[in-house]
Amino acid sequence: MLDPIILFFLLGIIAGLARSELRLPSQIYDFVSILLLLAIGLKGGVELAQQPFAKLAPQILAVFAMGLILPLFAFPVLRKLGKFKRADAASIAAHYGSVSVGTYAVAIAYLASNDVSFEQYMPLLLVVLEVPAILVGILLARGLSKNMNWGEVAHEIFTGKGVLLLLGGLAIGWIAGPEGLEPIKPMFFDLFKGVLALFLLEMGLIAAARVSALRTYGAFLLVFGVVMPLFSSLFGIGIGLLFDLSVGGTTVLAVLAASASYIAVPAAMRISVPEANPSLSLTASLGITFPFNVLVGIPLYYQMCLWAHSVTGG
Amino acid sequence: MSANIRTLLTIISESSLENRLVRDVQKLGARGYTITECRGKGARGARDAEWDYDSNIRMEVICSRETALAIEKWLQEKYYDDFAIVVYSDDVNVLRPDKF
Repeated sequence: MLDPIILFFLLGIIAGLARSELRLPSQIYDFVSILLLLAIGLKGGVELAQQPFAKLAPQILAVFAMGLILPLFAFPVLRKLGKFKRADAASIAAHYGSVSVGTYAVAIAYLASNDVSFEQYMPLLLVVLEVPAILVGILLARGLSKNMNWGEVAHEIFTGKGVLLLLGGLAIGWIAGPEGLEPIKPMFFDLFKGVLALFLLEMGLIAAARVSALRTYGAFLLVFGVVMPLFSSLFGIGIGLLFDLSVGGTTVLAVLAASASYIAVPAAMRISVPEANPSLSLTASLGITFPFNVLVGIPLYYQMCLWAHSVTGG
Repeated sequence: MSANIRTLLTIISESSLENRLVRDVQKLGARGYTITECRGKGARGARDAEWDYDSNIRMEVICSRETALAIEKWLQEKYYDDFAIVVYSDDVNVLRPDKF
């Protein structure tokens, strides 16, 4: 059965394509995304308090390395096959190496409604994966030679709402613990799915607004926006199997790998590689990859993980 | 020119530039500024504030003509190539010219 939150997303897409006047007021959209980011962070933080940090270090390193490697695969494809300018190819590559919190939220809702459990410290890996692709993207566009204001880039990344609220939520959850969070649970955890539904309605509208831009950029971007996440998901599944994670945990890693950023990376790229056309990378990540992952990708990665676990006997 | 005339410089640009613009105009001698959020359409397409990336700001600075020219020159060199930006200026009457 189709999850209602997916129907909200479809409603947004249909309304957007029909050029409806509908839009979430921008303050409400901000509020909704802040709630989601904090809720995800808090959940992860509670779990972290119960985990020896040293045990997670190898996974953190593996995920960080994945964030460095994925753009390096995307970049030559975009350059050679897509014929994009260097700055544009680097920027798109960075988007695809990083993560989308929205996609992650849909994935955990999907797993929850299918009664699949997963390792609850995943939000930590989510934050870890935000950053490395941005660094690689900037290096791909700029090289090491030119003087680059890394301080400003770091400021943009770590004070941007994505990383700040995820890390903040993790810290608060970790410090407060499950009992401490009990009084704020109705706001952040019980309302999670309703908030996610509103978020997806707006994402549907935004994605539909990008569709017209697709005509300008042609078929290559469309193919890339579907094939790249499929390719990336294999890395996530590989890491999941390597660390012997559950099927749910492996699925989440596949989703993290497959999703493309649309908050942290665009902001950082606008500051550090301004000559890259932001509309190009956002059309790919928001107009193609986000809907693909939400509608097709997540259930598909789950099936792939089930299969991979049955083959490896996990 | 009357002693009460100052230049009102208006900059319309991407909100992602806000921090930089604030820093730049102050460095170039502006004593203050006013920022409002706005939306519109121009050479770089509709910027309808649907989305963080699509949102615009309008920054207004009242300053001396020299400062305004310096800011215009700086913005042109720095941002015109890569960002959605429109800058225009006008003379305005102010009550307390020493303030600007």
